[in-house]
Amino acid sequence: MALDDKLGVKDRTFKIVGTRPNRPDGIDKVTGRARFGADMNAPGMLTGHVLRSPHPHARIRAIDTSKAEALPGVKAVITAKDFGHVPDDMADVLDHCLAGDKVLYDGHGVAAIAAVSPAVAKQALKLIDVDYEVLPHVTDVDAAMKPDAPVIREAGGDETVPDGMSKNAMHRFEFGHGDPETGFGEADLVIERSFRTEAAHQGYIEPNACLATLAPDGQAELWCCTQGHYAVRDMCAAILGLDKGMLRVTASEIGGGFGGKTTVFIEPIALMLSKKTGRPVKMVMTRDEVFRASGPTASTSSDVKIGMTKDGTITGAFAEFRYQGGAYPGSPVEFGAMACFAPYDLKHVKTVGWDVVTNRPKQAAYRAPGAPMAAFATESVIDELCQKLGLDPVETRLKNAASEGTKSAYGPTFPQIGVKATLEAAKAHPHYAAPLGPNQGRGVATGFWFNFGGNTCVSLNVNADGTVSLTEGNPDIGGSRASMTMMAAEELGIPYDRIRTVIADTGSLGLNDVTDGSRVTFAVGLSTIKAARDAIRVMCERAAMVWGIDPDAVEWEDGHAKPAGPNAGQFPPMSLAEIAAQASNTGGPIAGHHEVNAEGAGVSFATHLVDSEVDPETGAVKTLRYTVFQDAGKAVHPSYVEGQFQGGAVQGIGWALNEEYIYGEDGKLQNAGFLDYRVPVASDLPMIDTVILEIPNPGHPYGVRGVGETSIVPPLAAIANSVSNAAGVRLTDIPMSPPKVLEAIDAAG
Amino acid sequence: MRYEAPSTLENAVALLAGESGSAHVLAGGTDLLVGMKSGFTEPDLIVDIKRIDGMHTVTQEDGGWRIGAAVPGIQLGEHDGVKADWPGVVEALELIGSTQIQGRATMAGNLCNASPAADSVPAMVAADATVRIAGPNGSRDIPVIEVATGPGQTSLAKGEIVESIFLPARPVRSGDAYLRFIPRTEMDIAVVGCGVSLTLDEGGTCTAACVALGAVAATVLLVEDAARVLIGTAVDDAALDALAAACSAAAKPIDDKRGTVAFRKKVSGVLARRAAKIALERAKG
Ligand SMILES: Cc1cc2nc3c(=O)[nH]c(=O)nc-3n(C[C@H](O)[C@H](O)[C@H](O)COP(=O)(O)OP(=O)(O)OC[C@H]3O[C@@H](n4cnc5c(N)ncnc54)[C@H](O)[C@@H]3O)c2cc1C
Repeated sequence: MALDDKLGVKDRTFKIVGTRPNRPDGIDKVTGRARFGADMNAPGMLTGHVLRSPHPHARIRAIDTSKAEALPGVKAVITAKDFGHVPDDMADVLDHCLAGDKVLYDGHGVAAIAAVSPAVAKQALKLIDVDYEVLPHVTDVDAAMKPDAPVIREAGGDETVPDGMSKNAMHRFEFGHGDPETGFGEADLVIERSFRTEAAHQGYIEPNACLATLAPDGQAELWCCTQGHYAVRDMCAAILGLDKGMLRVTASEIGGGFGGKTTVFIEPIALMLSKKTGRPVKMVMTRDEVFRASGPTASTSSDVKIGMTKDGTITGAFAEFRYQGGAYPGSPVEFGAMACFAPYDLKHVKTVGWDVVTNRPKQAAYRAPGAPMAAFATESVIDELCQKLGLDPVETRLKNAASEGTKSAYGPTFPQIGVKATLEAAKAHPHYAAPLGPNQGRGVATGFWFNFGGNTCVSLNVNADGTVSLTEGNPDIGGSRASMTMMAAEELGIPYDRIRTVIADTGSLGLNDVTDGSRVTFAVGLSTIKAARDAIRVMCERAAMVWGIDPDAVEWEDGHAKPAGPNAGQFPPMSLAEIAAQASNTGGPIAGHHEVNAEGAGVSFATHLVDSEVDPETGAVKTLRYTVFQDAGKAVHPSYVEGQFQGGAVQGIGWALNEEYIYGEDGKLQNAGFLDYRVPVASDLPMIDTVILEIPNPGHPYGVRGVGETSIVPPLAAIANSVSNAAGVRLTDIPMSPPKVLEAIDAAG
Repeated sequence: MRYEAPSTLENAVALLAGESGSAHVLAGGTDLLVGMKSGFTEPDLIVDIKRIDGMHTVTQEDGGWRIGAAVPGIQLGEHDGVKADWPGVVEALELIGSTQIQGRATMAGNLCNASPAADSVPAMVAADATVRIAGPNGSRDIPVIEVATGPGQTSLAKGEIVESIFLPARPVRSGDAYLRFIPRTEMDIAVVGCGVSLTLDEGGTCTAACVALGAVAATVLLVEDAARVLIGTAVDDAALDALAAACSAAAKPIDDKRGTVAFRKKVSGVLARRAAKIALERAKG
């Protein structure tokens, strides 16, 4: 169709894309009208609560719920047994919600209660008797890798794990090409170092919450706070043996997710309690439960070896990563091992990753899962090589940077990419040349993320008054409703405020993959544009019908159908509103839709610059200045692109400096709250400056690349490099909390 | 659970003394309510003291200041007289929480909560402050340092209420200061806290000093050795070195999630030195 040809990215000028309108959900959010997970209620509703294990590892000999069940006001008590057999791929998901034969971490759910009030539920929880046989535990990744470590899963690892290793090693990954040893032989300097990072929590402000109703006829309703209600539907349907079509899941507004709300923790429990009681059941996790029993990220340990010539060429690179992802297989070590060397064009590169289990909660995704920790290790060694060889860290990265045609360290050959652009921008920025004071240091690091497309289904309805209803199925976490509205308005040629975008429930649209993988502005945006084009096609047909000409002789421009040329006939352009007003007489309602499993997401790179000041007497680190340079492909709503850049940097600052899961010798989590799990507060941070680069992604009609995750990949390394430069000693252990920094400074003398 | 808001001190004391279950005084509630929400505290009776006459006033007495038990941080932070005399005490109180918390949090509550890390307590101890306690057997005055006996434990008997805190008259040429170490810049709990108060003679020699450390022992420590090394000096570098060493030596911290023994000992000295320098500047006027 002629329409598509005009829409090449390069010479397209945008009217709405690239501007900064107010977000449609803004007023609701600032007035408190927006409804989050815990804001939904139903008549006759019960409250659901979970009894959690005080032990990090124990066999459950018996659970006696009789006293709790006898308490007036208690309507049901359930354990994992009530679910019966669930499909193999859901076994771990359910086990993480409610333990089977063994509890595997401090805070592991053991039983759940539905009661008429929280006070009754609290009392009832104390009346459940659990007979535990306490087992030895291990929470540290290196300790878990020792051959004699306590065994968490008897079956041990799969065929990739050599004999004689710890049974806690689940899987071994390997990536790369060439031979690093050969590369090291060609180097003037080879540096080998080990690193550690502690687990961080996504730190979303809104605790997980849901309201479930499961009726005897098998029809079920679930309201919950999630990044992906279709995934919740599919998991819950499988676990409870429901038909997908019978379970309708509606996503609430969401107070942060960052990957943490891509799975279920309470939803299957609430549905089972509702099934048992015949009443709606609401569950809201406490902050303590969120820390102990949701899905933080992995803690890691790694060894990195890199060789470089005097002129800065990386000749060989090797890295081995050990990630623990809690008591279940599936840590994001694979992504870390794939992503860490992706910014570079390397002849000899190899990475190895070990997926390890420990007595901790099952990790969930956290923004570019696995990549920040790996980049911390590899980018630290590159920084140290530059330091020791007297090379500029940005120039050196540029010298080794991957570009179009580079065979990446994880396999694929890159199309057009923006890594060099981010480095050039950093080099040219005033930040890079700004003077530093005493005890201050500058750090730089580059990061990569894959990005994702995925299943998407969008529907666009043109109303009789010329307004447009856009329906999509991905919870809006970072302002995506605004971006979708903008892309639809751009394509249709009507004002932004004539379109309202809603996030539909699972009964209203086909499958939409989770809001993850930085996919939404890319894939839902692409589908929105295609749905708008579909509606435009219909509108052109309707105009053609009114004018009595061939539909191919009608084209769409600035929100109007018009004859394609003088030969098509002489008719005044007909606006979208005019066409919509006549729709009943020209064939009925007008709609466009698009369904796709989107590919071509387009990888993304970022370079971060940061200045830190270290107090040499206390080890306290102050972040003085921070600039993010990242490729966005095309920034649809630049404020929200900047917000993603800033958010990633800030979460990285928290993780790098103070956030950590602290387990005691007893295997219990010691800091399950925001007092001792320290996310940065506003006064801890400088303004995070951003530079948006736009190297169009050929896979999207406007050139969009996902931006949400790449921004958290470089910060751990960039901050570690700046702190190391400020303190005069290399920091290899994250978080770089004051006691650790002070110890390192004092040890260096 | 019962909630009472008596209008006289006598009634408050009688309610507390007469309760057979667990009875708690409610001042700002910024500790008590948090404790209740987390399930740590389950009171049978709550006695709110904010309706009692005189609990909100700050009055001059014998050249010093008597501060009612319900006076929140924000009120003291705007009190020019107290700020001029005891800037270290006020800055310690103002470190507590955020603007919202400041609207509620009291110095008496900070003291009676008996956290070893309470920010205003080392500053009050350095200031040689006393508390007036009302109880079933009448009223008594004791030094601030005698209130907390261990984490969450006080020397208050059943039915006793802290009625007011008294900051003594400020001698000429003296100054005080409080510093704490926290990993963040606010909304945090002290890993080490240090209050210093000192007085100079006309020639600039230190004639009196008081140094207190918080968060490095089960209760706030009054470090007499630290005061001794300052007295008779011009609070010069050598004296400050000795002060830091005395504080590091006196600190008896534990290793926990907030810091190691070595870290807390070292930072005790660092903060003492920095706080003493500020107090010195203030004393010089
Ligand atoms: C977000 C937040 C941040 C905080 N930050 C800090 C901080 O930085 N530094 C810090 O030190 N603290 C901090 N706190 C703790 C708390 O705010 C302070 O300890 C505050 O001073 C307590 O005062 P209050 O009046 O609110 O006490 P309340 O909660 O009313 O009482 C505390 C305890 O003292 C008892 N009590 C109160 N008044 C009396 C009285 N007159 N006589 C006898 N007993 C009494 C109560 O029964 C209770 O046990 C923070 C708290 C929160 C919630």
